[in-house]
Amino acid sequence: MSLAKRIIPCLDVDNGRVVKGVKFVEIRDAGDPVENARRYNQEGADELTFLDITASSDDRDTMVHVVEDVAREVFIPLTVGGGIRELADIRRMLNAGADKISINTAAVFKPEFVAEAADKFGSQCIVVAVDAKRVSTEGEPGRWEIFTHGGRKPTGIDTLEWVRKMDAYGAGEILLTSMDRDGTKIGFDNELTRAVSEAVRVPVIASGGVGNLQHLADGILRGKADAVLAASIFHFGEYRISEAKAFMRTQGIEVRDD
Amino acid sequence: MQTIAVVDYGMGNLRSVVNALEVVTQDRDRVVLTADPQQVLGADRVVFPGQGAAGDCMRAIDEYALREAIIAAAGQRPFLGICMGMQVLIEHSEENQGTACLGILEGQVKYFGDDHRDQGGAKLKVPHMGWNRVAQARSHPLWQSIEDGSRFYFVHSYYLEVTDPDLVAGVTDYGFAFSSVIARDNLFALQCHPEKSADAGLQLLRNFVNWDGQL
Repeated sequence: MSLAKRIIPCLDVDNGRVVKGVKFVEIRDAGDPVENARRYNQEGADELTFLDITASSDDRDTMVHVVEDVAREVFIPLTVGGGIRELADIRRMLNAGADKISINTAAVFKPEFVAEAADKFGSQCIVVAVDAKRVSTEGEPGRWEIFTHGGRKPTGIDTLEWVRKMDAYGAGEILLTSMDRDGTKIGFDNELTRAVSEAVRVPVIASGGVGNLQHLADGILRGKADAVLAASIFHFGEYRISEAKAFMRTQGIEVRDD
Repeated sequence: MQTIAVVDYGMGNLRSVVNALEVVTQDRDRVVLTADPQQVLGADRVVFPGQGAAGDCMRAIDEYALREAIIAAAGQRPFLGICMGMQVLIEHSEENQGTACLGILEGQVKYFGDDHRDQGGAKLKVPHMGWNRVAQARSHPLWQSIEDGSRFYFVHSYYLEVTDPDLVAGVTDYGFAFSSVIARDNLFALQCHPEKSADAGLQLLRNFVNWDGQL
């Protein structure tokens, strides 16, 4: 086995600035997206994910420019998500230099959108972002439901059924966020990650809850994720990507060296 | 000033390819994104990228009337195929219930399968996505200053099997060893994305823009 497990820093972008909130409140400014991207690239990040959390759609153009600026100097895969509703949104971000587009809410309201997008642009660039919340009680077998609107609105959709459907519709990858864990720094929901990873053919990125390097390693070892995504532990300089990789290597996980 | 044509036939995001070429040429050369067969034939070197499905790619090549120009360029001048731009150089792909391709190279493109596993029996995800090693199967000017076994970024569900083993210039392991790089005379083609492979990828593109097409 020589395919490396990926470490992906995630940058939430609001009006052209990187920000980080805890459970969608307490937004803190974490700087310029291009500078952040440059630094992560130098530290050995395997990919970068940008989530546009700008509330107003009038400001979407700002995100296009952010992607253009980053793509001009950072030569690793770039994923862009947030507010993607139409094929034209995807086209615009790909033209700006994004490699993959993450679709979240739009997929829930119109699953065919994922099939159309995969058909038009290829599965390799379509990531389906899944926000899941545990609905089983302790002692019961794990059961998770899909939520929208930052974890506030339940949909009644079972997560495992949903990811199988998205796989069949042509998603190239699943970005899985545990809404119970997001922002908590107590680690991924590894039971959820593992269940999803085993349910689909495509790679799964674990997200939500990372507070230390052991959590990243556990996402791979226990969650069976193909990649791990984190934001705050990297943004505020707690850990460097290179430290994360060195740690993962000590845990027997294959990572990209440089 | 030389001209580098990046063949744009509507298959995928070529912005990154152009960005990366502009960085490695330091704007000394002209990088042209083009669907015009005459421009492809007139360029000093040709980059042939591509993403998506083989069937769509072949249809697009013919819609833009690029078939002859691509075949001619691949036989004449420094030519770099990337990802789907590598796969369609072959005779036939399994994708889309079977797709006849350009036939520049003898062989087949095959699917990893829905139940792809490693030698230990563990399930492998398809697409093969992420950073994997490329073992240099033989020396080549495009490997200059790139360490053997360097990692490149891959994303694909189908892989190439060429008839002539002498054409294999790079090998990658994913469940089994497959030919990730092919080279013949002036032609060099990779399954991975050098424009997304950080320093190793940029070095490969730098080697390509300086290559005279000789071995």
